[in-house]
Amino acid sequence: MRSGALQGGGLRIYALLYLLFLYAPILLLPVFAFNSGTIIAFPLKGFTTDWFAQMWADATLRRALTNSLTIAVSSSIFATCLGIFAARASTRFSFRGKGPIMGFIMLPMVLPEIIVAMSLLVVLLGAGVQLSILTVILGHTLICMPYAIAILSTAFSSLDPSLEEAAYDLGETKWGAFRLITLPLVMPGVISALLISFTISLDEFIIAFFLAGNEPTLPTYIFSQLRFPALIPMIMALGTVLVALSIVLLALGEYFRRRSLAKTGGKNTGGLL
Amino acid sequence: MSSGSKSEAVQGATLIAPPFFYALLVLAAPLFTIVTYSFLTDGYLEVVRDFTLDNYRHVFTDPIVRSVMMRSLGVSMMVTLVTVLLAFPVAYYVSLVVRPERKALWLFLITIPFWTSYLIRVFLWKVILGYNGVINSSLTGLGLIDEPLTFILYNVNSIVLTLAHAYAPFAILPIFVALEKIDRSLLEAGRDLGESRLMTFWRVTLPLAMPGVIAAVLIVFIPTIGDYVTPTVIGGGKIPMIANMIQVQMLDLDNRPLGSALAVTAMLIVAVVSGIFLFLNRRFLRVRR
Repeated sequence: MRSGALQGGGLRIYALLYLLFLYAPILLLPVFAFNSGTIIAFPLKGFTTDWFAQMWADATLRRALTNSLTIAVSSSIFATCLGIFAARASTRFSFRGKGPIMGFIMLPMVLPEIIVAMSLLVVLLGAGVQLSILTVILGHTLICMPYAIAILSTAFSSLDPSLEEAAYDLGETKWGAFRLITLPLVMPGVISALLISFTISLDEFIIAFFLAGNEPTLPTYIFSQLRFPALIPMIMALGTVLVALSIVLLALGEYFRRRSLAKTGGKNTGGLL
Repeated sequence: MSSGSKSEAVQGATLIAPPFFYALLVLAAPLFTIVTYSFLTDGYLEVVRDFTLDNYRHVFTDPIVRSVMMRSLGVSMMVTLVTVLLAFPVAYYVSLVVRPERKALWLFLITIPFWTSYLIRVFLWKVILGYNGVINSSLTGLGLIDEPLTFILYNVNSIVLTLAHAYAPFAILPIFVALEKIDRSLLEAGRDLGESRLMTFWRVTLPLAMPGVIAAVLIVFIPTIGDYVTPTVIGGGKIPMIANMIQVQMLDLDNRPLGSALAVTAMLIVAVVSGIFLFLNRRFLRVRR
């Protein structure tokens, strides 16, 4: 018993150190975002909110933010809608070639993004399509879809099929049963899928970098600013805001995921993936 | 009954059609295009429709291409090894030591950094490791060193460290899921039959957790080999990996056939290495059924 407690203690210290390693870079963000020194180094100079003001006044940044939000909202809606079809099909029905088809749809999750971005770019340029935020939405929908499907499949599979059957028996049409029974029950899963897709799209760099043409998005804007040392403190301020925003979105996503599990009677087995 | 299952198959196929066709259009068609391009000839500002194997000949004989390929492969293998080894004890701790009601919190804490801007996280490592960075300025400030340490930035080690940090949750989650599936009575049985804690781990826990470890290895290995941001930001453009080379050929040099051949070769290498890895570990995957 003693050795067990001791082993648990050693592992616990390791796990906490590991968390520290995971969080170390992010913890530096607010430290330097509020530091008045222009060089990102210790010792710290003094407290300032100038970098946030500078960030707020940047017109290109605002344009990048608008673009990123447009892309993230559109792609998350498209990815979740397509994801609902796929998750419903894979959890409720069996059909020929289900395994390979689902595997193919989930492929972007493991394919290096540079391959997705480059192949799509070659085709779009070959077809003479003008690069814009529309082409980014096309790519982001593709890479967000597998994540949406993964979340939605959990929501759909913990659904009790007898509830739908009861609705049919009571005279509802297929669509009526789906709209009145299934959809409300998986709604938390849908919201969770929307939030996760939104977060992924907002943060995605490679596809946005190659497919956006001249339009900036938040990550490509940040990338272009990294070359100028004088602008780094402002990027730290921007990073602080983005991290705070992601944590809020994630907490919301987690909240809805748990509600979805509670609603459909599933067991909480953990993480968002 | 048979008509019921048939209509079910039709319904399933109808439902899967929209996402499937989207993936065909936006993923399969482009992949097919670069495979085709890789066998064509590069002309000035256009791709000439002459079949050739020259692109692949170039990819397999050119020493620069080979060194970049080997570096990418080496870096991603190193990252995979480091990430999975560091992640395993954490997954083990969360699954077998943490109280059930605290598990969700731990997983949430582990996944948060993963959802924050990848680009900013990579850049922060540059800030930490840089010439005038956090580590160097702190160490000089404390009087521990006179000159900034130069060996921690712009080299392969810093790329490995950054990527290992970025992919940590990817390694922890699959191992955690595999550990959660283990029937706890098996572990007790091992102990009751007189095995030591270490031997129980070695002969019961680890083999049963292997499907998760294998998934973690593949999930980390496959995307890291094609990573573009980290070699660009951390390596300062001086140590390109395969993604940088594909980008240069495709866009800067406008040699799409050669760029395509590089991309296809990279995918093939990933597929072959993953296949070999799965084959070597096939006995662990069979256990699961």
